[in-house]
Amino acid sequence: MSSGHVTKRAKYKTSVKDPGTSGALRLNEQKLMFMPDNRNSSTKLAVEFKSIQGHKYTKEGSKKPPLINLSNAQGGSYIFEFDNYSDLHVCRDFVSKVLEKSKDTSSVASEKTVVTLPDEQLSAAEMQLRIKLLQEDCELQKLHQQFVGGNILTEAEFWAARKKLLDNDSSRKSNQRVGFKSAMISDIRPLTDGRTNKVTFSLTPEIILQIFAEKPAVHRAFLNLVPKKMTEMEFWTKYCRAEYLNRTKNVHTAAAEAAEDEELALFLKEDDILATEVRKKIRRVDPTLDMEADEGDDYMHLPDHGIFRDGSKELNESQHDIYRRTLLQDLNRHAAVVLEGRTVDVEMEDNTRAVAEALARSKQGKEGADGYENEERLDRVSRSTTLEDLQPPHSLPLAPLSIKDARDYFDSQQGNTLKTFRDPSGKMESLGSLSTQEAYGSMRDAISEMKSMGVSDPIINPEVALKVFNGLTHSISSIKYNHGKNPRESVLDRLPTVTKEKLLQHWTCIQELLKHFWSSYPITTPYLYAKVSRLKDAMSNIYRQLEEMKASLQSDLRHQVSLLVRPMQRALDAAIQHHDADLQKRSAKSSEEIPNGYV
Amino acid sequence: MASAPSKLYSGLSLALSTIFFFFKVVEGLDSVIADDVSLVVVLLDTNPFFWTTSSFPFSHFLSHVLAFLNAILTLNQLNQVVIIATGCNSCDYVYDSSKTANQSFGNGRMPTLCATLLQNLEEFMTKDEKLGIEEAEERITGSLLSGSLSMALCYIQRVFRSGSLHPQPRILCLQGSPDGPEQYVAIMNAIFSAQRSMVPIDSCYIGVQNSAFLQQASYITGGVHHKPQQLDGLFQYLLTIFATDLHSRSFLQLPKPVGVDFRASCFCHKNTIDMGYICSVCLSIFCTRHKKCSTCGSTFGQAQSDDASATNRKRKAPDS
Repeated sequence: MSSGHVTKRAKYKTSVKDPGTSGALRLNEQKLMFMPDNRNSSTKLAVEFKSIQGHKYTKEGSKKPPLINLSNAQGGSYIFEFDNYSDLHVCRDFVSKVLEKSKDTSSVASEKTVVTLPDEQLSAAEMQLRIKLLQEDCELQKLHQQFVGGNILTEAEFWAARKKLLDNDSSRKSNQRVGFKSAMISDIRPLTDGRTNKVTFSLTPEIILQIFAEKPAVHRAFLNLVPKKMTEMEFWTKYCRAEYLNRTKNVHTAAAEAAEDEELALFLKEDDILATEVRKKIRRVDPTLDMEADEGDDYMHLPDHGIFRDGSKELNESQHDIYRRTLLQDLNRHAAVVLEGRTVDVEMEDNTRAVAEALARSKQGKEGADGYENEERLDRVSRSTTLEDLQPPHSLPLAPLSIKDARDYFDSQQGNTLKTFRDPSGKMESLGSLSTQEAYGSMRDAISEMKSMGVSDPIINPEVALKVFNGLTHSISSIKYNHGKNPRESVLDRLPTVTKEKLLQHWTCIQELLKHFWSSYPITTPYLYAKVSRLKDAMSNIYRQLEEMKASLQSDLRHQVSLLVRPMQRALDAAIQHHDADLQKRSAKSSEEIPNGYV
Repeated sequence: MASAPSKLYSGLSLALSTIFFFFKVVEGLDSVIADDVSLVVVLLDTNPFFWTTSSFPFSHFLSHVLAFLNAILTLNQLNQVVIIATGCNSCDYVYDSSKTANQSFGNGRMPTLCATLLQNLEEFMTKDEKLGIEEAEERITGSLLSGSLSMALCYIQRVFRSGSLHPQPRILCLQGSPDGPEQYVAIMNAIFSAQRSMVPIDSCYIGVQNSAFLQQASYITGGVHHKPQQLDGLFQYLLTIFATDLHSRSFLQLPKPVGVDFRASCFCHKNTIDMGYICSVCLSIFCTRHKKCSTCGSTFGQAQSDDASATNRKRKAPDS
């Protein structure tokens, strides 16, 4: 593809279904041209690559003909059908390369734009995410520019090593469940048409779910009655009737109708499930709280606060108290359900039964947890009545374990290299001459000698002390001179900023390269083979850069830097050595196994 | 403390002596929790195999150390010194200044500290030797640093739990024998628990080559590590570097090592290595390839070829 153009036979189509005009497609770095076989045809094309935004193509193996689709900025597209897939691939590769290049050069501002690669089709969201990650982390961006821009790694390879980064980010934006509306269902007023006595309630599945959630008794009744005893329609008619009676505040009518129809009574009566739940809830309150005060929560059993639904006041007492609900009651219940959130995620099909059952299931799960309520209460009592001074102190000073700054590595490496300069002998001098007994004996002698003689006087020779003191002071002051005021400063900080930056950058580059290098072993495919040789070239490049950097420094710094650079070079050496050894082994094994054109 | 001066000046009628007394009391209360009161736990290397081969005699070493400890005790009245002997078969507490403070000993020729310490040390050496005889002959001659570190940490934990008013603890290792790589895991665990309870481990290495364990211990816990060049000036080194309390260290410039030896010991043969295999599950370190992790039991995937094993071979990261 080093040649600047490609010419293939192809059919130009305006749409996929279009039979197309056959002709020759010619691609070069600036534009694509289509010359129809029929010279008089008007379908001659010459499009600049600048206007091409993206490209799609059919996958090999699919039943579709080999098509490539180039879309332009205006939303239009050019479709070409090739004779075979190999033609398609050649053109595809060419187009993607040209597009990549034109994007790089055309706009400096959008250089971070992730280029679509032939081997992966990225969704816009993924692309956005990558761009965002690059923008947030300038180190990452530098790496990306250097390796992906420099064609050492492909986009996919670069990101494959950072899957975690991508995952983390995508998990953050999980879609949120929509909760219940905060509007009360009782706000949905029945429609009266004014002429007839008919009152229309409109129920949607959404409303039904909310009714079930807020009124467990209705939910239970639905599960029991529908469809055994009555149809769904009848059920809801009854429910609406009950609601209507409630709304009209006709306590006496309600009582009378309830006496006649036991199902209707279910809706009119106070919700017993709710009542027990409220009682349970009160028991779960912190036992040290004043329960008398908490009685206020038990609104089921206390005289209401006098506010009825719709804000009217009605204070006439009657024996039909149970058929009366207050606004406060409804409001509290509604608030509780809304805050609890939606436990069932019903995609709102029309199947009310499914909704009811799903809700029942989710409730069962919670019920199980409530079983230990009594033990829990006891546990809480014991917990909240503990006496502080009988407890052991549980605030011992603790420092969190911390992962150190990776930069400290350089310190350690320098120390290691220094060490190798020094004596490599590790073991104590030979102990062969001394038996255990003799050794212990001499120790005891020393102790008894001290016992009888006392502490030597003077303990230390003043000249020696002075020497030691001067030596220490000198070394400390020289460190201080080098380090400035910060005692935590590392070897790196002693270097000039430019060198330090360069060194760190090389280090991250080397890490990235080595990561990719080692992860592509063992080489099983020609693709990996190509990747490894690409990486190897890049590594030798960096190796050279390190050498150059060392050479460019002044002599006093050169030593420091070479100490730091040595471990990097060693790591690179190991990789290159491995690469060469592997290459040799391969060629020795069977020369025909090496794919042609890769050596 | 803050309220004390105002009280002092408001009571004009107070006699001078009363003021002085009052001040004394306040100061006394305050200094219990003051930041310059230290508890120094000294780990004394008493490995006879080291001392008999060392060019620096044990008696000289002891006299330098004893003088240093006396100095620490005189730096602040409330300072406390605990000495733990690190033998090669056992470890034991040989001196605790909080317990033996008022005992008079011998004919008064020697400070109490020295007399008690020498007495206990002798007993310890005898005991340690007996323990050694029972064991097999061909044993490693390292000191049980991990044991004495653990004992020091236990002591310090007890002090922590004794109440909110306690001295600032720190550990000082006076080590001469070389590292025992077989103690790697135990020592590292002790180091990390010291770090977690914010107890710095200072270390002074008087042997020939430097100790990687002690370097790491001091580095991780934020203590000072030093290897004196001139052993006959040990007292001067100790006094200059290791006598400062933790609070004062923030104002002082103490010697800083050029680099820390971060090499680890492998779990299988206890060799000190700088390249090795690391279990991807529990981070155990091995010097050779294993099929199964001996620590956590994870089975490692079968390598497809010789090349694959090289893939797993990674340079040990700069862990700390």
